[in-house]
Amino acid sequence: MIDSFTLSTGFGAWNAVFWVIAFLIAFIIGWLIWSRGEKTYDTSTSATASFLSGNAEPEKEAVHIRAGNLYWGYTDALSGYYRFIKPLHTGNLSDYFLAYLFVTALVLIVVVVLK
Amino acid sequence: MIDNLPFLVVAITILLGLYTILFRKDLIKMIMGISLLESGVNLFLIALGYRWDSIAPIFTGAPSLAMVMPTVQALTLTSIVIGVATLALLLSMVMVIYRYYRTTDVREVTKLQG
Amino acid sequence: MDILFDNLPGLLIAIPLLGAFLTPLLSRAGDSIRNAWVLIVTGLSSVCGLLVASQVLETGTIVYTFGVNTVSNIIPPDSGGIPIRIIFTIDPMNAFMLIIAAIVGFCITLFSVSSMERLSGKDGFFTLVLLLIAGVYGMIATGDLFNFFVFLEISSLAGAALVAYRIDKGVAAEAGLKYAALSTIGGMLFLVGVGLLFAQYNSLNMAVIADRMQLTGLDIIAFVLFFTALAMKCGAVPMHFWTPDSYAMAPSAITAFLVVSSQASLYALFRVCFTLYGGQINPLTVGWVIIILGILSMFIGVTMAIPQKDVKRLMAYHAVSQTGYMLLGVGVGLAALSSTCLSQSIGVMALKGGLFHIMNHAIYKGLLFLTAGVIMYRCGTRNLNQLGGLGHNMKWTMVFFMIGALAIAGIPPFNGFASKLMIYESTFLFNPLLAVIAMVVSILTLASFVKVFHSMFMGPKLPEYENVKEAPTPMLIAMGILAILVVLFGIFPQQVVDALVAPAASALIDYQGYISAVLGGA
Repeated sequence: MIDSFTLSTGFGAWNAVFWVIAFLIAFIIGWLIWSRGEKTYDTSTSATASFLSGNAEPEKEAVHIRAGNLYWGYTDALSGYYRFIKPLHTGNLSDYFLAYLFVTALVLIVVVVLK
Repeated sequence: MIDNLPFLVVAITILLGLYTILFRKDLIKMIMGISLLESGVNLFLIALGYRWDSIAPIFTGAPSLAMVMPTVQALTLTSIVIGVATLALLLSMVMVIYRYYRTTDVREVTKLQG
Repeated sequence: MDILFDNLPGLLIAIPLLGAFLTPLLSRAGDSIRNAWVLIVTGLSSVCGLLVASQVLETGTIVYTFGVNTVSNIIPPDSGGIPIRIIFTIDPMNAFMLIIAAIVGFCITLFSVSSMERLSGKDGFFTLVLLLIAGVYGMIATGDLFNFFVFLEISSLAGAALVAYRIDKGVAAEAGLKYAALSTIGGMLFLVGVGLLFAQYNSLNMAVIADRMQLTGLDIIAFVLFFTALAMKCGAVPMHFWTPDSYAMAPSAITAFLVVSSQASLYALFRVCFTLYGGQINPLTVGWVIIILGILSMFIGVTMAIPQKDVKRLMAYHAVSQTGYMLLGVGVGLAALSSTCLSQSIGVMALKGGLFHIMNHAIYKGLLFLTAGVIMYRCGTRNLNQLGGLGHNMKWTMVFFMIGALAIAGIPPFNGFASKLMIYESTFLFNPLLAVIAMVVSILTLASFVKVFHSMFMGPKLPEYENVKEAPTPMLIAMGILAILVVLFGIFPQQVVDALVAPAASALIDYQGYISAVLGGA
């Protein structure tokens, strides 16, 4: 029955139902462990407050890492590539037309030559 | 030779239109180029449908000559209507852009980039 | 009742067009009546689309001729054997695209009814939405080249007007101008191609032209004009510049449907390569041109997406990148099917993967753009640097975003994985390098969505979004429908492939079948 849900790619196969079953089992095990935990734990006291070596907790705004700071290393490592590719996206309508007509000419040449 | 004259005009109009679109820096002039391109294409369609010594396909009291198939004329009419709508839309957008940017230079209408 | 069912393909266009032009009239009667009207119209046209599609998948290609009583009478007897009538040809490939447009079309209207609530100018907006839907249905269903041009222009004009609808200090107008101007040029060059074909074959009907195709020099020029116009409309690099501009500035629900309209152009591109020039144009050359466009789109799209700060612009670059996958799959299909040394099954599998990816992409990208729309609706900004900690208050939106993000990154068990797996496996046998690039792009996609997820939903509650509320119910329903489809298609991919994708792929390959379905014994 489950076999009928197998995606056959002709060279391999993939069955998501098994994956879902594995997820369910993992979830049940996790839930079992969680349900055996301490139930009298009181969240209203300062036991849940964050403790940063005795320093005052910073403002919420300071904790959140903004998008601009993410992947700095990635863009820096590829800065050569980005220095080349970003200026190509000029936002100038003439360049858009030029790219379109250029590709038209290029495809025409390729299709005619390799007919 | 004389048969191909309309197509020569078509080619010239289309090339002029493309030149205007590519090398003019003013948005209004670029839209004029688009309009030229449209006229060239419409002329091309009409020229395709022309036949020597034929008559319009109106059957009432028609002489018994060959009739022209009116498909291309219908296409051209449709295409003209579409062209009018496009031009109106493009020009109104340029108007809005001018109101906020105070320019119609294509090199300065580049707030969206990168 | 029977007459209604016989004319379903016609109603497909008639309902949204009629609905569009009655909308301004009905909005005089009040907001709620207009909203109900718009929902009924899109609901009906979606039902129409699904009914037509199921009819096609059951009984084979439908050829619907406008203006005749008997459906089979395509070539008028007094026309000297020239089919001059307007016909719709709906084979399983068109049916496949119709299903996509029907699902996404309904969801975006449901979403925009709610997201437009507090804004002005609603009657024009919904008129344009219905026109856009009618244009896309027409592009998909028509079997006539000039008709295709007309619907292409309808959808680009309505789309451009919608992109510029919220002027947004002129920036949206700039995006709309770019979209409209490029579409017009593309449409005009497409029309030149139509004229070149009409001059030689005296017909505008795709099947007739495909039947008479000689591949003269003019035909090759027409092919190139079609090819680049449609590749530009679907946003293939290096003609993709308009895509991030207009996708980012359009209202989010519209962006979700602009994706479908791009994919209708993609469908037409495949129709031109496979059917109109079927067996005539050199498949290896054209296949490799498509593959190169696909690889460029995939790679440049995703690398441009990563450093973006505007969430919708980022997603728009991902749309470019995902279009690359479809081009890659279908290009490999085209090249491998013609090859004598590779097995046919590689080509068929790549083609199926590419087509399946069209459907999956329309659904999960629609879902992602709708979540971005919710964020804009509730927080009023698209800038990722200003967002954060929304997961505390917008739990459902977060779940839907996660489903969409995991699907686009090709993480099992969501639908993006199933189609990408089909593309990887067949492409690897065709040329391993292509498969490697495709996988790297997939990883970069995941990386950039991790960034978006972190910066929008993670982190502590920010003070400025302390009291942000969850999205309104209609928006949640619209996103929910798409999210459920993402999960279902991911868990039961084989059923979808068997039912929808495989017939579409074989219809695309079998151009003789398309021709004989229209021309019959004639």
